[in-house]
Amino acid sequence: MRTVCVVGVGMSKWGEVWKRSFRQLFVDAARNAIEESGVDHIDSLYVGCMSGGLFAGQEHVGAIMADYLGMPGIPAMRVESACASGGMSFRAALLDVGSGMSDIVMAAGVEKMTDIDGDEATAALATAADQEYEVFHGATFPGLYAMMAQAHMAKHGTTRQMLTAVSVKNHHNGSMNPVAQYPFKLKPETVENSVMVADPLRILDCSPITDGAAAVIVCTEEIAKKLGRPYLKVLGSGLATDTIQLAQRDDMTTIKSATLASERALKMAGKKISDIQCVEVHDCFTIAELMVLESVGLFEPGKAGMATVAGETALDGRIPVNPSGGLKSKGHPVGATGIAQIIEIYKQLTGQAENGRQITSSPTIGMTQNMGGSGASSVVHILEVAS
Amino acid sequence: MTMFSSRNWREYPQRYRMEAVKFKKSGLTFFPPRDIDPTNGDVECEKVNLPDIGKILTFTVVRIAPAQWGDVGPYGIAIVELADGTRLMGQMTDVDVNEIKIGMEVRVEFRRVQQEGHHGVLSYGYKFVPKWW
Repeated sequence: MRTVCVVGVGMSKWGEVWKRSFRQLFVDAARNAIEESGVDHIDSLYVGCMSGGLFAGQEHVGAIMADYLGMPGIPAMRVESACASGGMSFRAALLDVGSGMSDIVMAAGVEKMTDIDGDEATAALATAADQEYEVFHGATFPGLYAMMAQAHMAKHGTTRQMLTAVSVKNHHNGSMNPVAQYPFKLKPETVENSVMVADPLRILDCSPITDGAAAVIVCTEEIAKKLGRPYLKVLGSGLATDTIQLAQRDDMTTIKSATLASERALKMAGKKISDIQCVEVHDCFTIAELMVLESVGLFEPGKAGMATVAGETALDGRIPVNPSGGLKSKGHPVGATGIAQIIEIYKQLTGQAENGRQITSSPTIGMTQNMGGSGASSVVHILEVAS
Repeated sequence: MTMFSSRNWREYPQRYRMEAVKFKKSGLTFFPPRDIDPTNGDVECEKVNLPDIGKILTFTVVRIAPAQWGDVGPYGIAIVELADGTRLMGQMTDVDVNEIKIGMEVRVEFRRVQQEGHHGVLSYGYKFVPKWW
């Protein structure tokens, strides 16, 4: 496969964006990415979107987005893998350019989640779980991750303080991110007194419901060089699946799809996990960040919680985790999240992270991990800044 | 989610009788049933019924309940390992939610699970109750 690069990134406003529609959010992000990259056209478009149908009553997402981007006629398709749709969209663009089918491709993601009420949004998100054997019985997403948290606590002695440390750290980082939905710091006692959603997870352990879009331009290295802007090389991509039902997994305290996807991405990149200098991981719930860090091998099983309390995953720590603020503070428009993770790694590796959240050790290699549902799918990318 | 009667009806063997499948070559039991044994690709299997005794592997208490359980929340939900080693998720009932624990012995009982769709068709199935015998 030929070398594939990321040359320009763009995001829409994230949050409860009542004034912008499903299609407008996408156009906002896509225009920013095109402008920043300097490309004059795109050969094809991939749009990650979990559920345009349930959230916005709109399917046929590839076509409508190409149309409103002012490019009807280009090849365009929607990519779906629940909350990992964005990461999968990036992988689709990578395969397109890497194979030689296209030279300049947009990988985007979008979700418009606040046009429906909270109950409907909860039900739409729950379609990422097994409808007949989990959701039918009353499982919600906080409920599924809460069951993983209970198992993790019983096996490894994980504590409330460790979960709180994840939320506090991510809000600290997000307070410096101009696109974050909730750009404010949290005190530990605020997290620990917030309302209980599903024991042991409280509302401030949970990522929010968000409107938002994100887009990146992916191209050949020849074109990236000509554009004369900072760019990243994609070193590795890994994708893996697991059983849809949590009950069918041998070990509920680890995310096997994240382990497999990261092993595949590292193998393709020719790197070891210790070569990774910063990561964006899928912290849909605080426990998820800890489980993923352990599953991809950045920490031993049961050790990520204490490391987070000790500051090892902070911006100035040994391995900065979620410098963007993560899903927790930045927001989680499910189809866009995976692309926004790539964007944060782009900013960190090219030294463009805003408002003092730039990692001072100047990382050159970063990793993203984006997952669907309770971990039935996971997609990992490894990126390096071009010198 | 709106559910439809045929969809509920199709699940009766599992929801009402806990019918599982046991594959011939591996001897492994799967619930819900599968057409293909994921360990070896075998498709030859027989119908078996699951035991009704097990213990809790993990659980939570859903305190912010989806609309169809607004009248029963907060409710416990658990992953239970049955006596034969198969696992399934279901709601806890006849229990103080604050007393649910990992390792608790439970029995599977037939109960009302939810009302289906806008017409409110009653859906029944299995729930877990703490050991009382």
